[in-house]
Amino acid sequence: MKKVEKHLFPKNIKEALELLVEYKGEARLVSGATDLMLWIREEKVSPSVLVDVSELPEMRFVSVADGKMTIGSAMTHAEIAAHPDVKRIFPALSDGCRSVGSPQIRNIATLAGNIVSAQPAADSVVPMTALGAQCELVGPEGARMRPLCELSKRVGESYVDPTKEILTRIEIRIPSGRYGTAFKRIAPREAMALPVVNAAVMLEAKDDGTIKAARIVASPVAVVPFRAKNAEEYLIGKKASPELFTEAAEAAGAEASPRDSLVRGSGAYRKVLVKDLVERALIQAASLFA
Amino acid sequence: MQELKCVVNGKNVAIMIDPSHSLADVIRYDLGLTGTKKGCEEGECGACTVLVDGLPVDSCIVPAMKAYGKSIITIEGLAQNGELDPIQEAFMEAGAIQCGFCTPGVVLSAKALLMHEENPTKEEVRDELSGHFCRCTGYLQFYDAVRIASEKIKDRKNKKQ
Repeated sequence: MKKVEKHLFPKNIKEALELLVEYKGEARLVSGATDLMLWIREEKVSPSVLVDVSELPEMRFVSVADGKMTIGSAMTHAEIAAHPDVKRIFPALSDGCRSVGSPQIRNIATLAGNIVSAQPAADSVVPMTALGAQCELVGPEGARMRPLCELSKRVGESYVDPTKEILTRIEIRIPSGRYGTAFKRIAPREAMALPVVNAAVMLEAKDDGTIKAARIVASPVAVVPFRAKNAEEYLIGKKASPELFTEAAEAAGAEASPRDSLVRGSGAYRKVLVKDLVERALIQAASLFA
Repeated sequence: MQELKCVVNGKNVAIMIDPSHSLADVIRYDLGLTGTKKGCEEGECGACTVLVDGLPVDSCIVPAMKAYGKSIITIEGLAQNGELDPIQEAFMEAGAIQCGFCTPGVVLSAKALLMHEENPTKEEVRDELSGHFCRCTGYLQFYDAVRIASEKIKDRKNKKQ
């Protein structure tokens, strides 16, 4: 079995890309490594060179400017959970990041890793999907922006190829008008337990409380984070009210088809949870602009 | 083999290591500091917790080379001049220890918490220690231990002043 022979620390993104080319076929990007270490042990992947981008200054920041929040993808979940701007502007993301793993995992695991590992219920990816995040991918041919919701291919696999390109930063537009975000989660216990269901929502409203945009995401009910589009459409153009949110949540529960899982619970039970969590998330998000 | 330079328990270390190894393995087998325990080896149980630049991490899933240039504190690094750290004393006094397997990790997470928050709330203690499995104590003694340690730290500070 091949094993890791070199663990390299490039100084910047350019150098990281050069190393990936130099060790083509052997090298793989690593950020927090909390998943990768397990995959290497299980022989799911066997890179002989690790190109570590977890400390690149270009990928370690949070900025708020020009109506958007930009997050360096090597920020850890602990850093994002505790960041005052994230808490204030996108509480759903702050709460999602606080739900990942345990403190010892959150101190090392990064947002880039959560995205590229592509678990459908990833607790930072679900809120970022609801927030309409865009990701910058930098490869040998240059940089491009892709919507986060298009990056998951299937369970455990994303369209980002960690042997060729780097997910460098995440951009989230900050609505100029009234808006609210919320994240909800149910797990067997509050730490180190995968979610039975999690849900995140973002609502934008006119001054009179009419919903003008909505994104509702629930997971894991499909192989990628699931957008409850019927529920979203149902909300548009209607005035925020508890009844409206109950009806939209029922639509979300109806369109979600979680499967039976020995780990997470029966499909029927989790379908009810989708409805309940979406309803609670909608009410909480709306309370932020009511 | 690759050279790892870091500070372990206040001492400079420069050793050749296998870069495929975890930080837990290097601490235990290359440095001989067996106070750091390996439990699940998949980042679930918290037994292998050490502090890297003051932050608790699961050393079983951290590639050892990630410690390059960092300051590592293991359970062996807490006692100073033969005197236990107030947190270690507090764990004994509160009976927050039985078989001892989870203890080094829990003590280090408590240490990290008290380093940045002198008077943690019960919720903060619960959150910060949530990454540890303990099959003996039932966890409640951890709250007492952190409270006692917090008092001890404040007492020592006052005495110094």
